[in-house]
Amino acid sequence: MSACDDCLRRTALVACLAPHVERARRHRVHLCELLALSDDRLLAALAGDRREVIERAHEAFDPQTARRRLDEVGQLAVCRHQEQYPRRLLDAADAPAVLHVAGDPERVFALARDETPAVAVVGARRAAYEGLEVARGLGRGLAAAGVTVISGMALGIDAAAHAGAFEVGGPTLAVLAGGADVPYPPSKRALYRVIVQTQAAVSEMPPGFGPFRWCFPARNRTIAGLASLTVVVEATERSGSLITAEIAQELGRAVGAVPGPVAAPRCAGSNALLRDGGLVIRHAQDALDEALGIGVATALSGRRASELRQPLRALLERVENGSDTVSALAATPAEAQRALAGLGELELRGFLRRGPGGRYARVL
Amino acid sequence: MLADVTTFAIDGLASRRVTVEVDLRRGLPAFTIVGRGDAAVRESRERVHAALLNSGFQFPQRRITVNLAPAHMRKVGPGFDLATACGVLAASEQLPATELERWAVFGELSLGGELRRCRGVLAVAEGARRAGIPGLIVPRECAREAALVDGLVVAGVARLREVAAIMRGELPPALPEPEPQPPAADPAELDLADIRGQPGAIRALTIAAAGAHNLLLSGPPGTGKTMLARRLISVLPPLARTEAITVTRIHSIAGAHVGGGLVRTRPLRAPHHTIAASGLVGGGAHPTPGEASLAHHGVLFLDELSEFSRAALEALRQPLEDGVVAIVRGQRTVVFPTRFQLMASTNPCPCGMAGRQGCRCSEADLARHRRRLSGPLLDRMDLLMHMQRPPAEQLERGATTMSAEVRSTVQAARERQATRFAGTGLTTNAELTPRLVRELVRADRQGLAVLRHAYASGELSVRGHGRILRVARTIADLAASEHVGAEHVNEALSLRQEDVLDGGRAAA
Repeated sequence: MSACDDCLRRTALVACLAPHVERARRHRVHLCELLALSDDRLLAALAGDRREVIERAHEAFDPQTARRRLDEVGQLAVCRHQEQYPRRLLDAADAPAVLHVAGDPERVFALARDETPAVAVVGARRAAYEGLEVARGLGRGLAAAGVTVISGMALGIDAAAHAGAFEVGGPTLAVLAGGADVPYPPSKRALYRVIVQTQAAVSEMPPGFGPFRWCFPARNRTIAGLASLTVVVEATERSGSLITAEIAQELGRAVGAVPGPVAAPRCAGSNALLRDGGLVIRHAQDALDEALGIGVATALSGRRASELRQPLRALLERVENGSDTVSALAATPAEAQRALAGLGELELRGFLRRGPGGRYARVL
Repeated sequence: MLADVTTFAIDGLASRRVTVEVDLRRGLPAFTIVGRGDAAVRESRERVHAALLNSGFQFPQRRITVNLAPAHMRKVGPGFDLATACGVLAASEQLPATELERWAVFGELSLGGELRRCRGVLAVAEGARRAGIPGLIVPRECAREAALVDGLVVAGVARLREVAAIMRGELPPALPEPEPQPPAADPAELDLADIRGQPGAIRALTIAAAGAHNLLLSGPPGTGKTMLARRLISVLPPLARTEAITVTRIHSIAGAHVGGGLVRTRPLRAPHHTIAASGLVGGGAHPTPGEASLAHHGVLFLDELSEFSRAALEALRQPLEDGVVAIVRGQRTVVFPTRFQLMASTNPCPCGMAGRQGCRCSEADLARHRRRLSGPLLDRMDLLMHMQRPPAEQLERGATTMSAEVRSTVQAARERQATRFAGTGLTTNAELTPRLVRELVRADRQGLAVLRHAYASGELSVRGHGRILRVARTIADLAASEHVGAEHVNEALSLRQEDVLDGGRAAA
């Protein structure tokens, strides 16, 4: 059971033409249209004077060698002609020919059987701590209800969503721009390792492929295609996450965003999405209601303030209302002593998390 | 004619007896000093020559050979001037040689015959006492320092002529004035009352002082990290006399406090971040103590921790671990004590805004910052306090805390530790090793439950577990509590350093 010869050949061709795609993009060629072209037309459109060389290599392509290579790196290839290939992806004309899976292939098979719904959580690489906490909460809440959390393992929101899903043991799926064995960005190597241990990383590109710039928007179309709902957590006006949202919309999928402060440029893109009719997603419950139907699953919610006795409850309320540092909570060292002890307890009991700069954020 | 004079050479933090032998004989006039002296010793000839003549003595027109024995030891500095001069005087019978046997002499000469103050007089006095020499003549400015040693007659002398007068019995040795009583409170001293806002940081400072814990302050520029750090000594208990003597000896030898009597306040050393490793822990061909030793029994403050060179921070590892640093030069090893409390400050990120609006740091910048901070030093930090700009109303309000109040609670907490550790050789909670902390620190049921929960939730490493227990013990000591309770552990958790590097944890 493996990808068919044609699809493997197609993958090799796309990888071979990758630099040409990069060049074509400079002339504002629409990526989705390009990737939807058949092999011959793709060659004709991109290869230019190197056409003959590439064409010869394309014809001489040996699928067996490719399969051996896949076995060597321990990846599984699923092509669009197989039933293990997630149906939802086929809604797009430019769907990847092959999905290479590193890690547990069951994560992809489950999607293909349409057993588990999938929600994409994407957003800014440079997100605020609050945004990261929201993404983490979404990841946790969705995964706990059995929904596969799909994201791109990028810095910031993406990684936080994966991490949240991990907290409850998954399921989560990382869609990579390079080969499924190429952790990108390199600083997320540790996250990549845990993902392939129990979850899965997928890519349309062959093993060992280092990503080009165009591979990221291409990767976004896979994310959007795999998910029934795409949630943008934080996005500036020109964020790549908006590409994901746009593709999802074109595929007729639900698109939502988490509202952010109206004055914050880091949320300008996600807020604009809401104005244009995106769903308002406040927490995992909103996303679950949308993905599964209202009331089908109850999100594992954060700890409720009503569990607390005074004065911890009052302290929590003050943090929620923006007094999120010791300086803001106390005026004297004696008060600071009480605040520190209270914050320590609230953090330990899962109400708060201490962020950079000593700011506390409510765990959602 | 031959004469012997006893003096002392500084070697590390101790002094060694040196006999200055002077030989006069017929021949072409010459003046030679042998015995492995450095440039200052060689130049001593000119000073002695001029000082003798300008003090009204004869300079013998003979062939003069001076030997500093033992000859194998390197001798450094101008402290041998006086001994050489006395030797020449005795050998030329301008001074009674028999009287010289009762004295050791130490000091630098000016060309006019005055005695100049010299580094290391306290160590010299201790050496004289150990060698059983009844009297010590030192420059007058250093007499108070020498007099810190009991059982030794100290004569503080202003000029060479007086030395001769004392030897001839014409002048009683001028005993140094007694130490002035220290003023009850020095108004010029830095006080916590100068700090506006920052209640959390003051609390962290109190805990750090009470348990001698190392403290890391993190916060944007201008939040008062340095101001606060400089006030740590104002809440520490005063130096015990033996500690003060040690500090005085080190500072005198390093030239940081020469001849000023006893050092009474705990030293605070704040080296600039461009300092080299040898400046931090000591070094040089003739090893001299570095900042870490100058901060012995006091505070070493590293402002902008992440800016220090890797090598310098790496060099602090042994001093932090062992409380001493051994410097090896050739066949010699010199050991300097380095039992200091470490305090450091850092910006939360390279631009200082910690991910708030206006932070210009990319994730890569943050990762670099994180890498620079991590390492041996961070591991020794028991406490982390994040500081922010205080709210306006706190600026307008008056002082919340006086150093004197804090000092007395710190003192009480220290006494409680001393009682608990009686017979174990420990003095403060910070010295509790991971093994000892589990042995000696008892948490009550709720306290244990909190700690267990924290560990199980993955918030704490094994090392962090011990650290929390240590700090919680100090917090309980401040609260005069026998057992470590839940609220103590909770507060310690809020001050843990585990995630100082953790902008990234949320995303990893």
